[in-house]
Amino acid sequence: MKLAYWMYAGPAHIGTLRIASSFKNVHAIMHAPLGDDYFNVMRSMLSRERDFTPVTASVVDRHVLARGSQEKVVDNITRKDAEEHPDLIVLTPTCTSSILQEDLQNFVERAQLEAKGDVMLADVNHYRVNELQAGDRTLHQIVQFYIEKARKKGELPTTKTEKPSVNIIGISTLGFHNNHDCTELKKLMGDLGIEVNAVIPEGASVHELKNLPKAWFNLVPYRELGVMTANYLQTEFGTPYVDITPMGVVETARCIRKIQQVINEQGANVDYEEYINEQTLYVSQAAWFSRSIDCQNLTGKKAVVFGDNTHAAALTKILSREMGIHVVWAGTYCKYDADWFREQVSEYCDEVLITDDHGAIGDAIARVEPSAIFGTQMERHVGKRLDIPCGVIAAPIHVQNFPIGYKPFLGYEGTNQITDLIYNSFTLGMEDHLLEIFGGHDTKEVITKGISAESDLNWTKDGLAELNKIPGFVRGKVKRNTEKFARDRGFKDISAEVLYAAKEAVGA
Amino acid sequence: MTVAQQPEALNFECETGNYHTFCPISCVAWLYQKIEDSFFLVIGTKTCGYFLQNAMGVMIFAEPRYAMAELEEGDISAQLNDYAELKRLCEQIKRDRNPSVIVWIGTCTTEIIKMDLEGLAPKLESEIGIPIVVARANGLDYAFTQGEDTVLAAMAHRCPSQAPVTENEKNERNAIQKLLHFGKKKEDVVQEESEYVDHPPLVLFGSLPDPVVTQLTLELKKQGIKVSGWLPAKRFTELPVLEEGYYVAGVNPFLSRTATTLMRRRKCKLIGAPFPIGPDGTRAWIEKICSVFGITPKGLEEREAQIWAGLEDYVKLIRGKSVFFMGDNLLEVSLARFLVRCGMTVHEVGIPYMDKRYQAAELAMLEKACQEMGVPLPKIVEKPDNYNQVQRIYELKPDLVITGMAHANPLEARGINTKWSVEFTFAQIHGFSNARDILELVTRPLRRNNNLKDLGWDKLVREEAKI
Repeated sequence: MKLAYWMYAGPAHIGTLRIASSFKNVHAIMHAPLGDDYFNVMRSMLSRERDFTPVTASVVDRHVLARGSQEKVVDNITRKDAEEHPDLIVLTPTCTSSILQEDLQNFVERAQLEAKGDVMLADVNHYRVNELQAGDRTLHQIVQFYIEKARKKGELPTTKTEKPSVNIIGISTLGFHNNHDCTELKKLMGDLGIEVNAVIPEGASVHELKNLPKAWFNLVPYRELGVMTANYLQTEFGTPYVDITPMGVVETARCIRKIQQVINEQGANVDYEEYINEQTLYVSQAAWFSRSIDCQNLTGKKAVVFGDNTHAAALTKILSREMGIHVVWAGTYCKYDADWFREQVSEYCDEVLITDDHGAIGDAIARVEPSAIFGTQMERHVGKRLDIPCGVIAAPIHVQNFPIGYKPFLGYEGTNQITDLIYNSFTLGMEDHLLEIFGGHDTKEVITKGISAESDLNWTKDGLAELNKIPGFVRGKVKRNTEKFARDRGFKDISAEVLYAAKEAVGA
Repeated sequence: MTVAQQPEALNFECETGNYHTFCPISCVAWLYQKIEDSFFLVIGTKTCGYFLQNAMGVMIFAEPRYAMAELEEGDISAQLNDYAELKRLCEQIKRDRNPSVIVWIGTCTTEIIKMDLEGLAPKLESEIGIPIVVARANGLDYAFTQGEDTVLAAMAHRCPSQAPVTENEKNERNAIQKLLHFGKKKEDVVQEESEYVDHPPLVLFGSLPDPVVTQLTLELKKQGIKVSGWLPAKRFTELPVLEEGYYVAGVNPFLSRTATTLMRRRKCKLIGAPFPIGPDGTRAWIEKICSVFGITPKGLEEREAQIWAGLEDYVKLIRGKSVFFMGDNLLEVSLARFLVRCGMTVHEVGIPYMDKRYQAAELAMLEKACQEMGVPLPKIVEKPDNYNQVQRIYELKPDLVITGMAHANPLEARGINTKWSVEFTFAQIHGFSNARDILELVTRPLRRNNNLKDLGWDKLVREEAKI
């Protein structure tokens, strides 16, 4: 047992549901107790979805506990198949079904006999993998399923596209700024003269999956999602993949050079150096920012970085390599992939921190006292408590991290966004200090806002106690209204009763 | 039931139970704030933790007095000893927070692996010296607000069964103190007591924000009724005395287990009344309590009329409109009854669980309200099926759907007004003065849409988009 109230990565089924609901016309059925369909609320709230989240629960209740699910799961699958005609139904196990050990595979096979669409069981174990690992596995599983299905039917395309083309793998629902990143990547591919063969899973149809082998290469922008699929496609079809995250000026260039190498090996004969140069020097503002006086002022300032592998590693490199900021420690909660992280950031920070204990992170921040934090929502709140500004760079995130405006983290526009994020975090901190040193904007304190500084009315003990329960920002108003009410009616003492009578009288 | 045979009676149905609601462990979110010296330990998995983390929003960052005892594979396969593990965690909690009570929330997982929390608690309690209350608030058995019910039912066992030594006796033991305060104190006490009618002790149950507790207590005081205590109180150490023969009354419709426990185990007498939600409900609640104590209520009718008059600006927005409750928090019947009184038509009252005995007075009042207002009786759908409900909503085109967050945005995108149901559980909705807050919530989507009505942006999904 572990004492905790905050976790960085969610449970396994969340990963599976994120993949399933990213696809078009794929429905997930959770084998779960009532209330576990919280994913729907998150998707509807955070990413402000207009459509119903294609996830339902086959509810595990007392009866299921006593007798097993029996027909229930099969019925739920065939019912959903008839109601919405999805292409695929993914039966999703939860922590509950992990312990019940029902033969879900058997339910899937039985339901498949009746269902018109495809049915599969997500192969994830709650106690072995987390949200990110499960997402990676489920995507691989779905891709493999449809590749094999097409192969059996002899529908697999055998040739590559005529012009260089790419599959972008790993864009998903509830992913941190994923939609904006996707747009930016498509634009980048367009600039490079590369056709986008497919984007998976977000917005893709499972029928497109058989066309994945047509691409010249696969691009996996995020470390956490898509590597398994890319590996699978490499083994099956020899499709190479590029897994350099194009985040930051240097890494974007490195990613583009790798793409150049990969497609030139297949006979493309392209040279992107001119493009990289043009973008770096004149289009993206990040390189110029690095030379500017603004950035000079940041030199040697202390920062800490924490997040998932992709974002924490990229940010660490940007801060240290592109802006000359002193990254005291960089950390990740992707413990299962810690070696990769160490290898990426070791030379760019003093210390590497691998943990998913938010308490340890908080302590490490307090110990270092950085000028700015780059982390998740949890670190933002630690920053609030310690009065240190924080830029949010990775999930877990809140609704404000799903902006409507265009805010990619990847590609050349991404470098501009990240520059703003970093610079704004630091200057805010500076301004705060200046205000503190010079005593704030306005040193004259407002003495009283009350209409009666010396009240002739007597607040009784219970009345005062009740008044103190009212939130500070409206307390003054309530006090004035109550006293007015009491004066109008000639009350001498103000008790809790009078207070509430006054509240009713003004209809508040 | 005889009522069910009459054509104009309420019609009860039961669907598949495929509906969205919060997990009952969410009750820790408001109970840890209510019971100030408590610590809630949820014994479950990452799934439970993830839910709480997301559902509690910003509260999570305020160093809440709640935590997960997150079960790992070793706990599930019994390679680790439950008792030793829980002892380790509870000692840590005692060291860091020193609460007056630790509440263990059993979850689906502890049910399935049959962890004997009720058996472990007394042993551990005597070892670490902190009371441990066990509540099985799991998604296998309960929905959302029923979580509070399981906690309060468990707390009911911890209420002292005898009034502590009275003030007088204490004073005698402390002669100096008595001397100092003698004249003043006695006078105060006599005066205070005389405001109340002589009636058997009354204890109210249900967790409400402190201001609402004060309001309802004062409301009864006006009738000369003294509230001897509340379950729960502000602190665990202040749980009310419950002696055999005490009267109890519920303030919320989802407290049927607590009511049963109070009646059967603590031998209290339950006052079955409608719930004090809306001015009509509040009046009926007070009247029922008065009638049990043989008191003629004073000034209630005028009070109710006065509140209604104050609500008119809101009521006129919803009069003649229709509402559909998808059902997820068990407040639905009381809210439906109040909205019928406001002149609305209710198509359907979805509800997770319907205790017809505990809610009998409320159901009767709903029926009466419909008849008096001349609107058809709603269908009451227990364990609803959200998919079917959405189809019915498309057909009926109600003016307002009260629903959970999973459906709110998709329905809005299809031009259907929604109100998020969970807000009703967190807003102050009880008593006369808070009726306005209910209508503030109910009318918000309608007022918003009045502001936007000329823009022609009602339906924001393409025609062929499926549900």
